[in-house]
Amino acid sequence: MRIGVFVCRCGTNIANTVDTEAVANKALEYPDVTHATDYMYTCSEPGQQEIQQAIKEHALQGIVVAACSPRMHEATFRRAVEKAGLNRYMFEQANIREHCSWISSDIEANTRKAMDLVRMSVEKLRFNQPLFSSYVPINKRVLVIGGGVAGIQAALDCAEGGLDVVMVERESTIGGKMAKLDKTFPTIDCSSCILGPKMVDVAQNDNIHLYAYSEIDSVSGYIGNFKVGIRKKATYVDWDACTGCGLCTEKCPAKKCYDRFNEGLGTTTAINIPFPQAIPKKACIDADYCRYFTKGKCKVCQKLCPTSAIRFEMEDEIVTEEVGAIVVATGYDLFDDSVYGEYGGGHYPDVISAMQYERLLSAAGPTGGHIRRPSDGKAPKDIVWLSCIGSRDASVGRPYCSGICCMYIAKQATMTRDHLPDCNCYVSYMDIRAPGKNYDEFVRRAQEEYGVQYFRGRVGKIYPKGDRLIVQGADTLLGIQIEIEADLVVLATGIEPSDGARGLAEKLRISYDDYGFYMESHPKLRPVETNTAGVYLSGVCQGPKDIPASVGQGSAAAAKVQALFSRDTIETDPQVANVKEIACIGCGKCIDVCPFGAIQWKTLRDGSQKAQVLETVCQGCGLCNATCPPKAIQLQHCTDDQILAEVNALCG
Amino acid sequence: MAKRIAYYPGCSCSGMAIEYDQSTRVLCDALGIELVEISDWNCCGSTPAHSYDPLLGAALAGRNLAIAEAQGFDVVMTPCPSCLRGLKNAVKVYEERKQDFLDLLQMPFSGRIRIISVLQLLYEDVGPETIKNRVQYPFTGKAIVPYYGCLLTRPPEFAQFDDPENPVSLDELLRAVGATVPDFAYKTECCGAAYGVTENDIVGKLTGRLLDMARRVGADAVGVACPLCQQNLDLRQSQVNRYWRTKFRMPILYITQVIGYALGIDSERLGTKKLFISPDALLRDICKHFEKVDESHLG
Repeated sequence: MRIGVFVCRCGTNIANTVDTEAVANKALEYPDVTHATDYMYTCSEPGQQEIQQAIKEHALQGIVVAACSPRMHEATFRRAVEKAGLNRYMFEQANIREHCSWISSDIEANTRKAMDLVRMSVEKLRFNQPLFSSYVPINKRVLVIGGGVAGIQAALDCAEGGLDVVMVERESTIGGKMAKLDKTFPTIDCSSCILGPKMVDVAQNDNIHLYAYSEIDSVSGYIGNFKVGIRKKATYVDWDACTGCGLCTEKCPAKKCYDRFNEGLGTTTAINIPFPQAIPKKACIDADYCRYFTKGKCKVCQKLCPTSAIRFEMEDEIVTEEVGAIVVATGYDLFDDSVYGEYGGGHYPDVISAMQYERLLSAAGPTGGHIRRPSDGKAPKDIVWLSCIGSRDASVGRPYCSGICCMYIAKQATMTRDHLPDCNCYVSYMDIRAPGKNYDEFVRRAQEEYGVQYFRGRVGKIYPKGDRLIVQGADTLLGIQIEIEADLVVLATGIEPSDGARGLAEKLRISYDDYGFYMESHPKLRPVETNTAGVYLSGVCQGPKDIPASVGQGSAAAAKVQALFSRDTIETDPQVANVKEIACIGCGKCIDVCPFGAIQWKTLRDGSQKAQVLETVCQGCGLCNATCPPKAIQLQHCTDDQILAEVNALCG
Repeated sequence: MAKRIAYYPGCSCSGMAIEYDQSTRVLCDALGIELVEISDWNCCGSTPAHSYDPLLGAALAGRNLAIAEAQGFDVVMTPCPSCLRGLKNAVKVYEERKQDFLDLLQMPFSGRIRIISVLQLLYEDVGPETIKNRVQYPFTGKAIVPYYGCLLTRPPEFAQFDDPENPVSLDELLRAVGATVPDFAYKTECCGAAYGVTENDIVGKLTGRLLDMARRVGADAVGVACPLCQQNLDLRQSQVNRYWRTKFRMPILYITQVIGYALGIDSERLGTKKLFISPDALLRDICKHFEKVDESHLG
């Protein structure tokens, strides 16, 4: 092999602390190296041309560039050598900047290390093989998991582009958390007025197939060709027949069921439609409360239903859908405020969560939009909001900021002053975080125009006194202890990942952080992608966000899907594992360790079982390579021989 | 349940709170737990020691643990929350600065000994259910509010017992002896602690609030597990009354006295006579319904 070595000075970044000329001269002593030089900026246009010219002049078969990190410019140089007629994998990059020149100012030591790094790259390159991508067709259908506003946006944008969309929502209606909100900050838009039409669009769009009251059962396959098992949970109502007339919900005798949509304020019936604008507007029986299921007789709904839609014998059903991409938009749940024993959430009826307060404000809520406290239905005269309940508190395992609470507190307090001008509103805060467009102005308006009284400091205790509550805390700006007598206390509960988020992540083979938020591929530059090709993120499942950011990410995920689907095939990365069947002993250890499910059994004609790598699924992590006892499975471009060559270069 | 554990009474339980010590000993005896007083135990150092020198203070408390370990015990129990904190702190400092600690201690120490309060012993090792089954004279119809004070469950990483802000162990033990347990919002609020000596008004104010809340939730008595809390609520109740111009006469009983009495132990042996606000009327009510009871000991 004829190898050319190019040592980059990177202006002064490398040349200041590494003698690049000496490194280049030394490289000429390494085996197979026939050309070596240093250059000011190798990545620049003339720098690339110099490489291309050298390939032609010296008939080079492999190139080593000693420069920055391959994360920075590997793609650049691969393209450059490819243009000069070499296979792009006949290139190696030695990192003598981040790994060398930037670390120490000792020129002699740095130069020695740079020489070693170049030598390792040369030795590895001698074992490189030309590699070629293959192409697989793409199934141009997309699955959206979650029917909140982030999922709705992604689904609508995909459908708009003519794609077939499958949407799966675990509740009996789409709309998510936003459907429960009364108004939205900072414009005080009515939440259901701006979300409702989008929900209707989902229902009416021919390109969107909605599975409500369904969950993801299994996921297999790979980018362009996923196979997804969807569990349609038993609703005990034939939704093809149900017209959503609501007669059953009026007559159902089990009237004291927990009302999930209203966050437990008020009750609902065992057969119910969560709210009037539900999509789909279909009834669903809650078997935990239904008299027929709990006591064995009733069936009132069945007798009354004008379209005979009730099916008590219904069971869960699994359907399979094939899609080419997946958008995950599973949203969030709210922190359980009863963890704070000193506040008495879930214990004192007039200590409620902010989402419960949202339902009190909503015209479609249990009080018809009148602010009435749960204990006795009286209009409150003094309300206190407590911020950061399950946010920025390491003692409850939630050190992160939920990002939305400061804003919704300002919104709720503003709305309260609007509804009940005589009601005093107090807010206990740690810091006010309102960095969005028009956000800080909104908080200032609550303080200055609406007279909401903010005090900085934590509340230490809440206890009842007669039918009122004493809120005891500190004002850390004045340095005094304060006590407020309140009729109602609203706990501004923070965001945590949706219940079941971790289980779903394991099915999708995507990773999540310490709290269960899904990990994006790069925190800044790939915020929508996951590390599993073809799976994209949208909304709060990736981290706390408000509505505008969730919608923005929904559209971004849709754009990613459309970009993927704009091609008919996808080019696979050839840096994947490869099985030498003759050496494979069929132990299956590689199948066990593969985090991506990329290895499967293959039966040869003689009946023996061998491992087979699905090239499109393999992410090239190398776990199988390290695990394989007879070393039959090798990661292309990073084989055992190549690693040993590098080690020998360094230690030999 | 035959069990042998090391017992660390601490200074308050050998002086001001001798009745806490007495009732703890007789109750444990009745429950089949043998308490072996740590031989030649010394003061845990309390606040002055760790304020003066944290390492020296820890080693001072640690000496008691080292003796208990040498005597072959794996559990040491103390009724006083402040001693409990001092002993637990010794293990914490030992783990952080092993060599310095051992140099001062000059005794072998493994740091593996378990340190618990009498409340934790009763709640976790004995259990409310066992106690309930052995009750002779239930406190039926009597409302006793549980008062934990600030130190028993906090700081949580230190106490590692019950919920730091809304503990329930004392509640459940009181319920086990048949008492009504009202919701007591001040169960972990401060009584003023040692300010009783230097800033009497602070204790007057804080303890007064506790007694006022106890009265408002309908308490006949307060159940406590800390000698200092007991002292502020009981001994200083007349000072509180002067401060607030109130007329509280609220008996303040140690949990060990309440359980002991319910189990049929003679009140003389439980030291109820030592209390400033006499609980006699309350206790007499309890056994009024039981004919066979010999009332002579009730005084």
